[in-house]
Amino acid sequence: MPNNQDNLIKELVGTYGRERTSLLPILQGVISQKNFISDFDMTEIAKELDISAAQVYGTATFYSFLDTAARGKYVIRICKTITCDMHGRKEIIQTIENMLKIKVGETTQNKIFTLLETNCLGWCHKGPAMLINDQPYSELTPEKVHEIIAEYMNNNRR
Amino acid sequence: MSELIQRVDLIFGEYSDQKYKVLEEALKRPNDDIIKDLLDSGLKGRGGAGFPTALKWKFTAEVPSDEKYVVCNADEGEPGTFKDREILSRVPRKVFSGMAICGKVIGSNKGLIYLRGEYKFMLPELLKELDTYHEHAKKLNHNFTIEIRLGSGAYICGEESALFESMEGKRGEPRNKPPYPTTSGFMGKPTVINNVETFVNVLMICRIGPVQFRKLGTTDSRGSKVFSVSGDTPKPGIYELELGMPLFQFVDEFGDGDTKAVQVGGASGFCVPRKKFKDTIIGFEGVPTGGSMMIFNSSRSMYNVLHNYLDFFEEESCGQCTPCRVGCQQLRKGIEAVKRGEKPVLYLEQLMKLAETMKITAKCGLGQSVANSFSSIVSNFKEEMIY
Repeated sequence: MPNNQDNLIKELVGTYGRERTSLLPILQGVISQKNFISDFDMTEIAKELDISAAQVYGTATFYSFLDTAARGKYVIRICKTITCDMHGRKEIIQTIENMLKIKVGETTQNKIFTLLETNCLGWCHKGPAMLINDQPYSELTPEKVHEIIAEYMNNNRR
Repeated sequence: MSELIQRVDLIFGEYSDQKYKVLEEALKRPNDDIIKDLLDSGLKGRGGAGFPTALKWKFTAEVPSDEKYVVCNADEGEPGTFKDREILSRVPRKVFSGMAICGKVIGSNKGLIYLRGEYKFMLPELLKELDTYHEHAKKLNHNFTIEIRLGSGAYICGEESALFESMEGKRGEPRNKPPYPTTSGFMGKPTVINNVETFVNVLMICRIGPVQFRKLGTTDSRGSKVFSVSGDTPKPGIYELELGMPLFQFVDEFGDGDTKAVQVGGASGFCVPRKKFKDTIIGFEGVPTGGSMMIFNSSRSMYNVLHNYLDFFEEESCGQCTPCRVGCQQLRKGIEAVKRGEKPVLYLEQLMKLAETMKITAKCGLGQSVANSFSSIVSNFKEEMIY
């Protein structure tokens, strides 16, 4: 398995370079491939960039989208800032929790979905809003969110 | 739209008939001319702080350096703001042109756009549009390239020096100031950093001239502004309006008839209660705003609103300086304790003092501006904090 991972880091370093300025794009690259950055990946990146692993860890953990704990294939982030909150964030969360049988902060057993909350996503005029990986969804209702999640579940079964 | 409120169509107005024509013309003009136009236009930065754009450019142009940068701040994380996404998706060409003009004026050949991670889905479209820009820049013989860097979900990176740190591959922790970006910005080089909307304004000033631009707005707040309207309103969305309008006009237009308060400028802005709508001007002479206008009607608990903001600040504080790291936490715990009756009402006064202390002791704008919403909500809606 580590072989595969080695390749990803090497590939990313090949694309973005070995400068300190390359660190964020490399970390973001790991996220888009694997949805989280493992300790192993962080030490590999540190070796490639010739900086200490603590510096990689320190940078990664600063950013809320650079997860260092294992995440599912689809990371759902529900906006919890005021206007989304006013327009029914709680019902949206409840719907997803019921569907996936997990609570906020948890990952489904099959490692497909992770449910998180996040700060303002910038869809205040169309709240409640959420991100699934990079894709935003707005003007959510319990019915609509049910459909969206069901589709992800189906796609994954196929 | 009522007669009172003037819609403007500067930012989102149509492109010039020929691609990158305004840029082409601007490239032929002397740099001092362009700076003078910006100065005459009275343009102030549209990110919220309102520093005169002409001076920022002039200071950076005057610093001798072999390398300079033009940075476009597209990390709009302020709750209630979503106009930069709209600008970048509807008129990206105007943003790129504004940056390219800046490059010419200050003597830089490298532009960077810091796009918040939440907007990563926009990347394919933007990159396509950037290719077209680069083709045109080449044709115009203008050596100025633009690159997009992504954020990763940290509000603080909208603070300019934190943004530089982040682009340098570090934790997004704000730096001490001075030195200012004009002398030491990205990679320690002289840098102009402006909001997305500011660059578009620059382009429009080049297109219509400073005289026409000055006709919009008031003495202290020239031009138009893109507002992000949300909350309890029948018509949430993006509106480009003249600056300097009284808040009551805004509420007449956008409120639902039962407006209790408007939060102007996002979580780090000011909360204006109904009784002050009449005397409040939206603009640099009154309540400044980066565009965020959140409307609350009388069914909303202002305690919940404040609590939501404090949760936000507590999470987004970078933790570097004590006043902000501990202050945000204590303010949140403090209002919870008063609400539960564990602390006397007078404790609110102490909390307001703490907020004021944060204003003068926090290292950056985040910690300094917590007091804005805290004090304006607590002092205007005291009963709601207690009962």
